[in-house]
Amino acid sequence: MKVPQQVARLGVVFAAAIAALLVARSFLVPETFGELGHYRAAAIDSIAAHPKKYAGHQECAACHDDLAAKRAAGNHRGVACEVCHGPQQAHVDAPLDVKPPAPRDRGFCPLCHAYNPSRPTGFPQIDPVAHNPLRPCITCHDPHAPVPPAVPEECSACHGQIARQKALSHHANLPCVTCHQVPQQHKVTPRVIRPTKPAERAFCGRCHAEGASGPAEAPRIDLAAHHPRYLCWQCHYPHYPETQ
Amino acid sequence: MTRDEEPSVAPADDPRPTPAVDRRRFVEDALKACAAGCPLILAVMRLPAAAAQRPAGEAAYDPAEHLYGMGIDIQKCIGCGRCVAACKAENDVPLDGYHFNTWVERYVIDEDGDVTVDSPNGGFDGFPPPAAESEIRRTFFVPKLCNHCANPPCVQVCPVGATFSTPDGVVLVDEQYCIGCRYCIQACPYGARWFHPTKHVAAKCTLCYHRLVKGLVPACVEVCPTGARIFGEVEQRPTPLARFMRMNDVQVLKPHLNTRPKVYYANLDGEVR
Repeated sequence: MKVPQQVARLGVVFAAAIAALLVARSFLVPETFGELGHYRAAAIDSIAAHPKKYAGHQECAACHDDLAAKRAAGNHRGVACEVCHGPQQAHVDAPLDVKPPAPRDRGFCPLCHAYNPSRPTGFPQIDPVAHNPLRPCITCHDPHAPVPPAVPEECSACHGQIARQKALSHHANLPCVTCHQVPQQHKVTPRVIRPTKPAERAFCGRCHAEGASGPAEAPRIDLAAHHPRYLCWQCHYPHYPETQ
Repeated sequence: MTRDEEPSVAPADDPRPTPAVDRRRFVEDALKACAAGCPLILAVMRLPAAAAQRPAGEAAYDPAEHLYGMGIDIQKCIGCGRCVAACKAENDVPLDGYHFNTWVERYVIDEDGDVTVDSPNGGFDGFPPPAAESEIRRTFFVPKLCNHCANPPCVQVCPVGATFSTPDGVVLVDEQYCIGCRYCIQACPYGARWFHPTKHVAAKCTLCYHRLVKGLVPACVEVCPTGARIFGEVEQRPTPLARFMRMNDVQVLKPHLNTRPKVYYANLDGEVR
């Protein structure tokens, strides 16, 4: 089959254009472009070569094993060394020439421990204005092993309003755990792990049903007839049952 | 020179000797030679690239073995902003109030249900107490960063291929190849990208890629004092993130955009956008 002359000529022109494109492309497209995707694969290496500033607490423990052990046993066990001492790769590289700073003024600890309502409930917080003013935190607290804050035994430490109201009510002598079961974890994450509430009418009925064995002065009702579709505390407020 | 002189010059050149190779054959041969030589030239040009493969030292790190993600527990964040400070120090982010790889937002929801979000200096200096505490219904901190989407809009819009997802799931910017067009900054639905004021390229969280290849965690995770940031690998690998995702109901930001983020939030309030 004979290729028509005009097609052959056009073919030559096209071939030349494609060749020029290939040559230009080999100059313009970076070497590793397209190796892993539509990008320059060598860029990953240059980003990975960025020097690190934070050495990591494992590096600190290699020399300061005493402090590391102390910290690991204390309440700051989750707080890495460089949270307070700053990025210290330079200190790791030249331990004698670069000394890490230690924040000793009252300005630093309140970054975490100043009272702020947005912080999770239960996190140890103080009012930096009222809490032993002008004294550096480290005069009383060892930052490597701070004294664990005592978790209050009494529910009233947090639920003061309920405690004060209940103290005035007929339920004053009932401890909270009569009606609520409080998981231990509630003291750690109060908003996630919550105490239980009575889930059935028969629970209140143990004192308030007709013929119940509770104290004689407790008012009695007929459990079967008295609004049987509702739990008691949906209408009565058990911390202050006198209210309507 | 006048117009009527021209014809007298031209005929003088006319009787040229006929060359051994005429013009047509010369052009044909030249084009053929070009076409034949092209592959040769290309092969020569590719030689240095083939010779300079990966350095031998990096054989220890295989990106194909990893797929990184981060978990953030809202219930644990105390808004100290140490992650913001650490990120700026680790990654040489300008220390002004406008450029952040990661930042912490404070949500304050008042009794009327109105939401106020603020982030003074990105949380770098911590947070002062909110103005009127008596009217607060609930309030919490939300650390934010690049979500390292599996389906990243920023990569999609880059006209030159300067931003990309690595095989280990990190979205990076090639500083030497970025033309500074800012399309990616517009495209990111999370506001995670910023324009570097001196380098004039797009910049963003690298998930501290230079630390990952050394087996370390990102700087923000290293310094988080309450463990609110959890780093690890997604897809059932035995890392802290796998446990975090098993123990919590995790959510992602703006799931309806189908960006498939790899930053997972636990205890996230419905008001967070």
